Amino acid sequence: MSESLLRTVPAEGFDVARVRMDFPILQRRIHDHPLVYLDNAATTQRPLQMVEAMNRYYLEYNANIHRAIHTLGYESTVAYEEAHKKVARFINARSWREILFVRNATEALNLVAMTWGKANLRAGDEVVVSLMEHHSNIVPWQMLRDSLGIILKFIPVTSDGVLDLEAADRLITPKTKLVGLVHASNVLGAINPVSEIRDLARRAGALFVLDGAQSVPHMAVDVQALDCDFFAASGHKMLGPTGIGFLYGKKSLLQTMPPFLTGGDMIATVSQEASTWNELPWKFEAGTSAVAEGIGLGAAVDYLTTLGMDNIYQYEKELGDYALQRLRNVSGLKLYGHERGESLAVFSFNLEGIHPHDGANALDRFGIAVRSGHHCAQPLMNRLGMDNTLRASFYLYNTKAEVDLLVDALGEIKKLFRA
Amino acid sequence: MTAPNPNDLLDVDPLMMDVLLDHYKHPHNFGALPGADIVHAEGNPSCGDQMEIALKTKDGTIEDIRFQGKGCIISQAAASILTDMMKGERLDRVRELTKDDMLENIGIPIGPMRLKCALLALKVLKAGVYGQAEWPGEEDD
Ligand SMILES: Cc1ncc(COP(=O)(O)O)c(C=O)c1O
Repeated sequence: MSESLLRTVPAEGFDVARVRMDFPILQRRIHDHPLVYLDNAATTQRPLQMVEAMNRYYLEYNANIHRAIHTLGYESTVAYEEAHKKVARFINARSWREILFVRNATEALNLVAMTWGKANLRAGDEVVVSLMEHHSNIVPWQMLRDSLGIILKFIPVTSDGVLDLEAADRLITPKTKLVGLVHASNVLGAINPVSEIRDLARRAGALFVLDGAQSVPHMAVDVQALDCDFFAASGHKMLGPTGIGFLYGKKSLLQTMPPFLTGGDMIATVSQEASTWNELPWKFEAGTSAVAEGIGLGAAVDYLTTLGMDNIYQYEKELGDYALQRLRNVSGLKLYGHERGESLAVFSFNLEGIHPHDGANALDRFGIAVRSGHHCAQPLMNRLGMDNTLRASFYLYNTKAEVDLLVDALGEIKKLFRA
Repeated sequence: MTAPNPNDLLDVDPLMMDVLLDHYKHPHNFGALPGADIVHAEGNPSCGDQMEIALKTKDGTIEDIRFQGKGCIISQAAASILTDMMKGERLDRVRELTKDDMLENIGIPIGPMRLKCALLALKVLKAGVYGQAEWPGEEDD
């Protein structure tokens, strides 16, 4: 084994200096400044442990899964299954068979719409989502609206950036067959009141789908306590590889749903007339899987688990509180959200007189990576009167010193643009 | 290992940057144009910015031209520059104008991430005068 394989995940507690050592990219300099990576809501950086787990698969036991009888095939099959089990434990699913590996959260949400939705929704049935959704939890339902004639309704957002629960109470009725909700907003950072919305869904007899793309990287998630029917997430937003994500679904639902993609690996038997489906989760994983990526996701989950999601949440909360207080004191800065309720360290803002494109461009000159644009949440942006914004989103390797660098740079670019 | 970033607005000659900033802060030909006979607006889907261009023509000549909307330095400066270029010109010039003409007149290197910003005004103008079909798109094939 190479020396790097002996590297262990960080010790107990939360030592950010130690954590940063696991992310070589953080040593990069951009335009002669240390990289300050604040685009974590788009995608996170990856720790060595994750990359090495993928390398080990490719270099030491690469083989296709399921079918091979040889040693490498056995090892890869076990590792890939084990990755499902790690994710299951991570979000406290009852069984690892409730974890379907998909490409990303977008695919997970499309899977729900195109399998459960197509099989169970009829013209006139209602689907309710919030105005805070990412496009990936809007467009698949619009497609069903157009093809099946379902009705799509939106839970409004108040002007201070939280869900309007009174309106939700009115909108979710016995006609509602499914309620979809973003667990944490990728624009505002707001952590939504899951149990309130879930109870409304239950009262109506509707299914409850959570988009956890932004929540599960930053906080402990227990799908049994949340009592959601489906939970979608992306590996690349939680230290894992691109090209892999997962959908949790309650077993009773997954068993009765038709498959998504069809072909190899997802069948039990195929004859000229018909086919029967493989057991869960393989029924939903047609074709050769993203084996290395699945194993990488498992390693990312190991990394997060070792640090402890509660420790990570606490650390980011303190960091977020500090950032909030500093950003609020930048003159000419308009911050969206963060007025009521719990939020993650995700900050969308505008600088007076500076277009977000230009702002992001200028921050890059200071080594600071932030996002500019509409963040794939145009209905929310329209509601809050934002065309586009800058967004700084933090993760476990960011520091208060980096908050200071951001605030200093904001002052500098205001001078540069004579704003 | 930082490679030069062609999308980097601030990597340009500071004098050019000053010129563009002036266009941005004090755009020429900005605002509504009462009595316009051609008015067209379009958005830049990558950032949500909207731009409207209005023309008043007489005997095949552009008597007046104005634009309005919000946008980044590049898109606003480009509109300011383009409207300056076109005022008093024959309307036919709109068809002749190429993407390269526009980029040349902006005067700084434009990277792929900024191309849509730089060409938004030209796209709105061409589509307004000749319809969408006249716009070949920002990217090379
Ligand atoms: C809340 C939310 N949902 C879904 C997605 C989609 O993730 P992906 O692009 O990985 O499918 C994102 C990504 O930006 C997100 O922030």
